[in-house]
Amino acid sequence: MDLVRIQKEDFQVSAEVERVKAASKSIGGIVVFVGTARDISKGEEIVKLDFEHYPGMAEKKLKEIRDTALKNFNIIEMGIVHRIGHIAIGGNIVLIAAAAQHRNDAFMACEWAITELKRITPIWKKETTKKGEVWVEEHP
Amino acid sequence: MLKGKVGKEEASLSIPENTSAYQLKNILKNEFPAIAEFVDKNIMISINQEFADKNTIIKDGDEVALLPPFSGG
Repeated sequence: MDLVRIQKEDFQVSAEVERVKAASKSIGGIVVFVGTARDISKGEEIVKLDFEHYPGMAEKKLKEIRDTALKNFNIIEMGIVHRIGHIAIGGNIVLIAAAAQHRNDAFMACEWAITELKRITPIWKKETTKKGEVWVEEHP
Repeated sequence: MLKGKVGKEEASLSIPENTSAYQLKNILKNEFPAIAEFVDKNIMISINQEFADKNTIIKDGDEVALLPPFSGG
């Protein structure tokens, strides 16, 4: 399975960590960021979350993020998985796993990658509250 | 978001030769008044799945997309 994917299905954090870890025996630390669906936004209770992406371009941008991270940070491997479609409250949305010889490089690469993902990846979130549906227009 | 306002996900448009991404925004505003305020505000344009700047020229057969602000992650 690809290290960089967009999929409807849920992912298992431990399986993704193992996939990244398999890249090299020199890996000494893996930093994992998991974004999950919270039940509140701007004080409103969220009933439902849906994600859409621009097929082709979104996958391409995630691959670019991995390539750039491998080039610019002292890491050994990086996995990125983003889900689309309906995601239940508490469900997994996104995972980034950065593996390096030493922890600091992994922390830095992981932080950079999630920030870059939010900045350049054509993925959109729709929140449904009791007041109605809204496409979210920001990425805090 | 935009497709909900326009009522379609894709559209084919005939535009003059050498139209830039910036000029396309004006064409789109006339063609689809329902999204005019968004096109002016914060819509990015991609051409063949790469970000375009305002001067990028659209060529015959290009795939152009209107991208509202992202909210993945």
